[in-house]
Amino acid sequence: MSDVVEKTLTALPGLLSLDSQPGSNKLSSNSKLRNLIRGITELTSKHEEEKLIQRELTSIKEQVSSPNTSMRQMKELMVRAIYCEMLGYEASFSYIHAIKLAQQGTALEKRVGYLAVSLFLNESHELLLLLVNTVLKDLQSTNLIEVCMALTVVGQMFPKDMIPAILPLVEEKLNHPKEIIRRKAVLALYKFYLIAPNQVQHIHNKFRKALCDKDPGVMTASLHIYLQLIEENPEGYKDLTTSFVTILKQVVGGKLPMDFNYHSVPAPWLQIQLLRILCLLGKNDQSTSEIMYEVLDESLRRAEINHNITYAILFECVKCIYTIHPKSELLEKAAKCIGNFVLSPKINLKYLGLKALTYVVQQDPKLALQHQMTIIECLDHPDLIIKRETLELLFRITNAQNVTVIVDKMLEFLRINKDDYTTIDLVGKTMSTVFSVGGDTMQPDIPNSFLKLLSEGFDSVEEDRKLRLFAVDSYVSLLQGEPGKLPQRFLQVISWVLGEYSCLRADLEVDTVLRLLAKLLDMKTTSSETKSWVLMAMTKLCEGGAGVSVARGVSETYSSSLDTVLRQRAQELQHLSQDPELRARVLPRHTGLEPLEVDSSLSFLDGFVSEALAAGAAPYKPPHQRQEELAQAKSLSLEPYGLSLPLSMSSCSITDRQSPTLLSISSGLSGNSNDLSHKGGSSSLRLDGVKRVWGREGYLAQREPAEESAHVEVPSTLRSPSQQGRADGSHSQTPTHTPTPELEKQQLASSLFVGLGSHSSVCLMGKSEPTPQRFRRKARSPASSSGASENISHSLVSPPITVDTLVCNNLLDSHITSEPDVSPLEQTPPLSQGLAAANGSCDEELPDSDVKGSSPSLIGDDALVAADPAPHEEPPKDLLLSSYLPAELSGLSHSEITPLSSDQSLDLSACHVQKEGDLVLVVFIYNSSDSDIQQILLELDSEELEVSCECDGAVGGARGHSVAVCQYSLSVKRPSVHVELVGTVSYQFPVGTPQSGQFSYKLPLSSFIRPLTLSTEEYGTMWLDFSHDTKQNLTLISDDPEPLAASLSVLKNKLQLHVVEIIGMEGIVACRLLQDQPCLMHCRLHAGTLAVWLRSPVPDLPDCLMYFCQRALQEH
Amino acid sequence: MRFMLLFSRQGKLRLQKWYTATAERDKKKMVRELMQIVLARKPKMCSFLEWRDLKIVYKRYASLYFCCAIEEQDNELITLEVIHRFVELLDKYFGSVCELDIIFNFEKAYFILDEFLMGGEIQDTSKKSVLKAIEQADLLQEEDESPRSVLEEMGLA
Repeated sequence: MSDVVEKTLTALPGLLSLDSQPGSNKLSSNSKLRNLIRGITELTSKHEEEKLIQRELTSIKEQVSSPNTSMRQMKELMVRAIYCEMLGYEASFSYIHAIKLAQQGTALEKRVGYLAVSLFLNESHELLLLLVNTVLKDLQSTNLIEVCMALTVVGQMFPKDMIPAILPLVEEKLNHPKEIIRRKAVLALYKFYLIAPNQVQHIHNKFRKALCDKDPGVMTASLHIYLQLIEENPEGYKDLTTSFVTILKQVVGGKLPMDFNYHSVPAPWLQIQLLRILCLLGKNDQSTSEIMYEVLDESLRRAEINHNITYAILFECVKCIYTIHPKSELLEKAAKCIGNFVLSPKINLKYLGLKALTYVVQQDPKLALQHQMTIIECLDHPDLIIKRETLELLFRITNAQNVTVIVDKMLEFLRINKDDYTTIDLVGKTMSTVFSVGGDTMQPDIPNSFLKLLSEGFDSVEEDRKLRLFAVDSYVSLLQGEPGKLPQRFLQVISWVLGEYSCLRADLEVDTVLRLLAKLLDMKTTSSETKSWVLMAMTKLCEGGAGVSVARGVSETYSSSLDTVLRQRAQELQHLSQDPELRARVLPRHTGLEPLEVDSSLSFLDGFVSEALAAGAAPYKPPHQRQEELAQAKSLSLEPYGLSLPLSMSSCSITDRQSPTLLSISSGLSGNSNDLSHKGGSSSLRLDGVKRVWGREGYLAQREPAEESAHVEVPSTLRSPSQQGRADGSHSQTPTHTPTPELEKQQLASSLFVGLGSHSSVCLMGKSEPTPQRFRRKARSPASSSGASENISHSLVSPPITVDTLVCNNLLDSHITSEPDVSPLEQTPPLSQGLAAANGSCDEELPDSDVKGSSPSLIGDDALVAADPAPHEEPPKDLLLSSYLPAELSGLSHSEITPLSSDQSLDLSACHVQKEGDLVLVVFIYNSSDSDIQQILLELDSEELEVSCECDGAVGGARGHSVAVCQYSLSVKRPSVHVELVGTVSYQFPVGTPQSGQFSYKLPLSSFIRPLTLSTEEYGTMWLDFSHDTKQNLTLISDDPEPLAASLSVLKNKLQLHVVEIIGMEGIVACRLLQDQPCLMHCRLHAGTLAVWLRSPVPDLPDCLMYFCQRALQEH
Repeated sequence: MRFMLLFSRQGKLRLQKWYTATAERDKKKMVRELMQIVLARKPKMCSFLEWRDLKIVYKRYASLYFCCAIEEQDNELITLEVIHRFVELLDKYFGSVCELDIIFNFEKAYFILDEFLMGGEIQDTSKKSVLKAIEQADLLQEEDESPRSVLEEMGLA
């Protein structure tokens, strides 16, 4: 209220400015506040603001304590004080005056007084006691507004102990004739119930009265109390279920007054409240649940309008349906509803969809499978919140098979996300649960990353501390439970964390931790590797006192252990625990992350070595040299001795504050061939004397063919049927014509969602196409193309695939492509033979054809060629180039490899390969120069064709004298007898100007024709639907007793048409143009010719096809 | 609901309402942290956050962010509608509300909020009846200040 009179009285200079401002009256009441706000906006620095506010506060302080200040002025002062507090400046001197204002002011001032009190104080503030009398008085006032104000402030805060003083008055208000008073009274009681439940226990029956209130607003208010009550004791309120259901039915049915509608949805708040209550009541209670099925169904049905508020109701409904005793029909609907959320383009709904999935996924893992692609997309969502929720969801579906992928994803997320709470929450959960689930199947680098995360920490010291404390706390309690069930790897992590960080917990006795650790040592199941971790942790911990005795006991036991490492550890423990000074030097506390200087040359041992040498010891040979010597000598392997050296080396350095696994990995590196062989036991022994043929990435290059053939067998024999089944399953769901990013997602999906639901359902998920081509090679991403040519040659023979390596590749290097490919031996021949025939015919189109055989037996030859790439002298010939065909295409027939363009450094050639559902153009880029080309860019364009690149246009680079390969999937946009592609290649040497060249590639439309299998009936209905047609009489193959059948079989073989049926003198034939454009053919014997009638929905297609039919028959 | 905050794009707090007892120091810290998080979010991002043990629901109207903290079991979407209804109420009361209205008349905004939410729970979902209650109280004020009510009328019209 622009207090002009008052302004004049107080004669403030602000008056003038107030009057001069147009519209100032409208803006505000309080010109001093206005001036203050103005003043602040004009300031430029925080410092000035502080000065101004302090000045303001001083002036307010003076005025509030002056006895001459009227209540009206006081009101205005309070508003300013509130403002200053909101800006973050304390105005505690005004609190008492706010109470005074509430007490003494008239209605207007009282309202500001109450507001100030509720903003300044909280319920534990002692000044609040002074308010009790005012509230008491106002509750009894005849002025409704005053009663409302009192109830409002009571609902905001009230001193707990004083509740009994006003409770009777508030209770009384439940009978007040005005519903607004009753409503506020109910909410005030709700507040009392929250802060002091015992105080209101005796009035529970009054709540029932409120629930039955004739005013829906009061009834709604009472539901807040009921929700609380039922949450605490659902059993006590089961009798109310029918009432709640009835109310919900009425609300949903639109029985409430229009006033309660919100955007034409009836009382959504009330609906949600009721659904939440029903959810609590129906949980684990079949009979109660049955009462509500009908209304839940109705709610789902009624919520039609596409508005946030309906989604809010739906979400609550779904939650309820999944919480109460299940009913399949409702679950189905709810699942569909979740689907709507997940698939919604609105990000808020998507988020809630993910949340809902997270909620239901344990009951219904299939639901997650249904949405796996969306989930995968969300995993890369730019909004971290969505990403996090997705991880939460994945966390719920973690099982032994997918744990590695999920943990990896989580680590990736943690690395970019610095939100402390999220991190602690997520890491905590992951560490405990995922470790216990994933257990020993995990790659050793996963726990390592965890430890690294823990020790390096984040930006803030405080967060690190919290996270570490969390870890220590949860691990101590785990050890106090049943540690025997925990996986070894997890026990190792636990030991390390406790050794490192248990000192952070001041109240945790070192003694206790030591005892817990000692308990681990006594367990039979603990492996000796774990034991050495435990001993190390103990070494870090035992610091005088009782610890020493525990340590002594342990070290005595293990110093006679047969295991050298354990013995070593026990010795260390013994010495260090007895010599605090040495201990302090070796294991300094609180050094944090100061980088350790490691003398990697071990120069401090020089003296020792020279002494030993002088004494006649043999000079040191590195392990690989020893292995080679052993292999040459063809003697029995003495591997254990060979290994003992690296082992003892690692045990020397292991005591420093690094995680031992790092070292144990390095010592295990020598045998990094194939995980399965490790499982066999002494893998390193077996490998001795055998050249390493199989690497992690698959087959290693430059081996003699003889060896190769010996090893082709390896995968199938090594894989157990079940593993093979799984690997096949996860691959077969990959549709062959999907573009690469999509493909990667699907591969990720298959690795994430393994083990959810039955095996068959996993297959179903990936909208798999029944293609004989089971496996598909991922197109190379630019990053990995440096090794492209090598990979290609490897891929011709299949490396051993184990589930382990598959999973690990998918998870860990899903962007690097050198994924093991699968043997072409597994490809089933029928299609490729069919295609061979087809290619034969199209090769006839190209006069200088050089048909490459396509029978599987040739693959061996290809492999031979590939194994000896020898690309150093001259550009690879056709035969050589064909060996660079990607593995999954190599079994299929391809057209002749035609040169496209060539200049001084790049030779481009191409061929096309017919697959059942696709036509793949393969471009070979041979770098004939000596230097490497970093980046080659290929651009293809065509008027008739849709070109989709499987490698994003950028081929990456090609090394000197090597070949890079690029695949394109083609489909026809506009049919034409011959379709043509034009392309540009551009590239640049590290030094030099950018080069580019043009080329074109022509192929017959017949390459895109595939058989279309359908029945005569289907043919009949389709025939009538097609609008484009052409008719022509063609030459008949007359030298056959059955000219019609013979002609059709020629067409079938050359053009891949499908003969639907031959009825007497007529034949019906069907085919499709890739991807799915049908063309139907009707032929009839007529006067020694074949009358052909072609129909299709695609313009020009019948004409083109007619041309090919004519050619095929003529050339026969 | 645990609390509601209104702040500007520049990170200036415009309104704060806490429904559970919170120490002043914690309030400041939470407000600062939340503002930082919310202001850093891009327009197309999700309106919901999980922060500490709370769920944050926020929405931006012009230059003002409305931000609510709710508990685990609360419904995010309906909270968005709580915010929206509050904005509707402000809009109706001030007549196409803008940030300045809320800055200069923040106590009125508080009164409206108090009439709409009580103790963190929605008290009255009807736009009409909330505004009626506010108007009645305003009338009371006017009676109280009857000598200058003409000016008032002009100012509030």
